[in-house]
Amino acid sequence: MKSFGYTITKDRQIDYDANDRRLIEYVEGIEPSIRICMECGSCSATCTAGHFTDFSIRRLHTLLQRGETLHLRKEIEKCMLCGKCQLVCPRGVNLRNLILIIHQALDKLHHDL
Amino acid sequence: MKIEGKKQIWNDYQKEIAEDHFFYVRSCIRQNFFPGSEKSFLRIMKEELKKDVYENPSHTTCSGIGYHTDIVPFETSMTMVARQFALMTEAGYENFTTSCITSFGLYSEVLNTWEHEPEMEEKAREFLYKATGREFKKPKNVSHASDVIYRFRKEIAEKGKYRLVNKLTGEPIRVVEHIGCHYSKMFPSKGVGGAEYPYVLIGMIEDWGGEVIDYPERRHCCGFGFRQYLVQANRGFSVSCSKKKFDSMEPYQPEMILTNCPGCPMFLDRWQYAISEMEGKTYGPDGTGIPVLTYEELAGLVLGHDPWDLGLQVHQVPVEPLLDKIGISYDPEKKFKAADGSDIGRPEAPVYLKFYPEQA
Amino acid sequence: MSKTAIIIGGGVAGMETAGQLNRLGIEVVLIEKQASLGGHLKNWDRLFPDRRESQEVFDYLEKGMNDGISLYLNATISDIREAGGKFTVILEDGRELSSDALVLATGYDLFDARKKEEYGFGIYDNVITSAELEEFFRNNKQKNLFEGVQSKRVGIVHCVGSRDEKVGNLYCSKLCCVTGVKQAIEIRELMPDAEIFCFYMDLRMFDRHFEEMYYEAQEKWGIRFIRGRLSEAAENPDHTILVKVEDTLTGLPLKMKVDLLILLVGFVPSPETKRLAGMLGLKEGDDRFLCPSDEHLLPNSTDHPGVFLAGTLKGPASIAATIVDARAAALQVAEYLVNGER
Ligand SMILES: Cc1cc2nc3c(=O)[nH]c(=O)nc-3n(C[C@H](O)[C@H](O)[C@H](O)COP(=O)(O)OP(=O)(O)OC[C@H]3O[C@@H](n4cnc5c(N)ncnc54)[C@H](O)[C@@H]3O)c2cc1C
Ligand code: SF4
Ligand code: SF4
Ligand code: SF4
Repeated sequence: MKSFGYTITKDRQIDYDANDRRLIEYVEGIEPSIRICMECGSCSATCTAGHFTDFSIRRLHTLLQRGETLHLRKEIEKCMLCGKCQLVCPRGVNLRNLILIIHQALDKLHHDL
Repeated sequence: MKIEGKKQIWNDYQKEIAEDHFFYVRSCIRQNFFPGSEKSFLRIMKEELKKDVYENPSHTTCSGIGYHTDIVPFETSMTMVARQFALMTEAGYENFTTSCITSFGLYSEVLNTWEHEPEMEEKAREFLYKATGREFKKPKNVSHASDVIYRFRKEIAEKGKYRLVNKLTGEPIRVVEHIGCHYSKMFPSKGVGGAEYPYVLIGMIEDWGGEVIDYPERRHCCGFGFRQYLVQANRGFSVSCSKKKFDSMEPYQPEMILTNCPGCPMFLDRWQYAISEMEGKTYGPDGTGIPVLTYEELAGLVLGHDPWDLGLQVHQVPVEPLLDKIGISYDPEKKFKAADGSDIGRPEAPVYLKFYPEQA
Repeated sequence: MSKTAIIIGGGVAGMETAGQLNRLGIEVVLIEKQASLGGHLKNWDRLFPDRRESQEVFDYLEKGMNDGISLYLNATISDIREAGGKFTVILEDGRELSSDALVLATGYDLFDARKKEEYGFGIYDNVITSAELEEFFRNNKQKNLFEGVQSKRVGIVHCVGSRDEKVGNLYCSKLCCVTGVKQAIEIRELMPDAEIFCFYMDLRMFDRHFEEMYYEAQEKWGIRFIRGRLSEAAENPDHTILVKVEDTLTGLPLKMKVDLLILLVGFVPSPETKRLAGMLGLKEGDDRFLCPSDEHLLPNSTDHPGVFLAGTLKGPASIAATIVDARAAALQVAEYLVNGER
């Protein structure tokens, strides 16, 4: 293949139809409370990890909903499981469990994800 | 798809296009990119349609590329536009016709600015007078050359030697059209058919016998973007844009792309080659590409002009499969010959994209 | 001698104003341009927020239409004249009706979704409006929306024709958010395995029970919400619709294919209202809906003595709010007729 001094970039657009949504389906099956998130951002505003890294628990969850799972394993490692997010969530979303189940799901579904 | 709905929109966006006596301004880049296009326009207008088209050799660039690259300030651009109008006025013409979409966009933008901010027009008049001593009248009618071809599309079909029909199957040729961003995205009312469902090229395709294909990324930019293309390192962005369009049109198996703008045929054509070399991907059947034509080239083909006189040999995606389908006669031996029969040289054959004449 | 009032427009507002005034002993003439009463209400199936049948509301309003009300259906007004505190409404067929007070209750029009050209309404096969969906529900109570369609994904687009300066409507239509959420739930009830998305900018669930509906839609029905205004739609070879939106909460552009796209069309001022307002010299706001003389204190009066306003000709409002407004209008009219106050 030739190089002309520039490269073809991959589209940033979320391609919902092409994305693999098994992970979110698994997670939602075990922790249905994540459905009621209203994207207020209280959780990430207070998140211990989010103040020192670019981690956003809210965004991570939204991306997961869209089937965007790239770097997910690395991302959730930033969480300290302190539980402050859950404490402030006005809708009572069980966010600690979200992290725990993602761990579980990644291990379980890993072979074909 | 409900065609009635589109027809409604096409009716809503009709513009006035002059009938005769055109002051024609060329594009800066088209004579290099698609050298037969403007010549074909002039030949069709003057010889076949017997219209009066006037060109003034001292017209300059409209500065559109410089303007869109942030190099030329608007005041300078509008003064250059004013000078073109002055040349038109001096020659006694009122209908202004541009070969380039970006020029057309810039003329529309300047006229619109003057309408809303008359003090800007005063400024332009003052700058022009101080710099050149010229004065001007604003044109009565501003059209893009494709508007003019659109207006005479039925006459061209009547005089035509070929129709956009597969000679073997009798099926219409499947065409996707690309309108060029500056044609009507900025001023939808200035384009035939508006911005969302522009009709200018569709009208030609339909009247010349082809079938138009609407595909999801039809409205996406070809990727020229000026700054994006002009800087080599940024070209990946440009090629990615075109690729997005190819990927989206591919499932519809288009047999041809018809374009409106100087940039779009360039990128939709050349990038097919670049993508094939970079990724081994081609978009037509059996390693061919999707031929890309300008509307003047297509009009010329319909009228029976020789493909090599139209400059189709400089296309990077070979057009022969399309010519064969329609049954347009051409001499493969003459592809790389000049008018006097001398050899003009031939490009290195691409690795993946099928090259014509096919190597033995 | 008993006083008379003419009410123009027989939708929710006109019917309720007429019924109330009649009960207060005032002679009422109700003029409706269509063949039947009810206005937009007659096109809706079940109403938010509690999803009662719209017919129930209509039945209540109809009960108020007793003998004391002279009804003129299919009536087109050609002119309104005024002399010595009396109004004369002239119908196209030449009939003349007169009264001591005039109530305009001519309502609103639906936004014409064709104007949002990029959404392909009237062009793509599977793009419909929220009003058309109501009609579908009215006629096919139990029927699946997708006979023969394999995957079932529905996109619901908020703010079509509202909050959009490009189409000339800066205002929010207030009720399309809740209508969208209601319709999402109704579709899910019919098709439990459908995937349903609402594309919104803000969810304006302002009234009582609305926010709870949003919660229920998420929790019980699994409706998904993507914050971002649709930029364009295109038709795929298989007639599904490809939508493009920025998923603003992830900051990424997003595309997805839907089998059906529903456009939540907003309220627009009706040309008929404008025409009548012109005859009476009434003022309209920047949003082109009519303005009462004082939006806080005299919400039903106009600067034109004896002329009153009721309902959605003043801007988007729910049925509940329209009923309250109609009663307030009736009281204002009665006060004017009895005490000569506006
Ligand atoms: C998609 C959609 C769904 C909705 N669903 C609900 C819901 O579930 N619950 C809810 O509370 N609200 C709902 N609404 C709001 C509801 O439609 C309005 O609150 C209600 O229709 C307002 O009544 P109105 O009488 O003011 O206006 P309209 O319903 O518009 O009635 C006006 C009447 O005046 C007549 N008229 C107009 N001009 C003239 C003239 N010149 N001469 C004679 N007659 C004339 C018209 O023919 C019409 O009958 C919905 C709105 C929309 C857009
Ligand atoms: S539990 Fe994790 S996500 Fe939640 S606040 Fe603590 S660090 Fe942040
Ligand atoms: S605090 Fe709760 S509702 Fe708010 S964004 Fe986080 S999870 Fe969602
Ligand atoms: S109510 Fe919702 S959908 Fe309707 S205009 Fe307002 S924000 Fe948009």
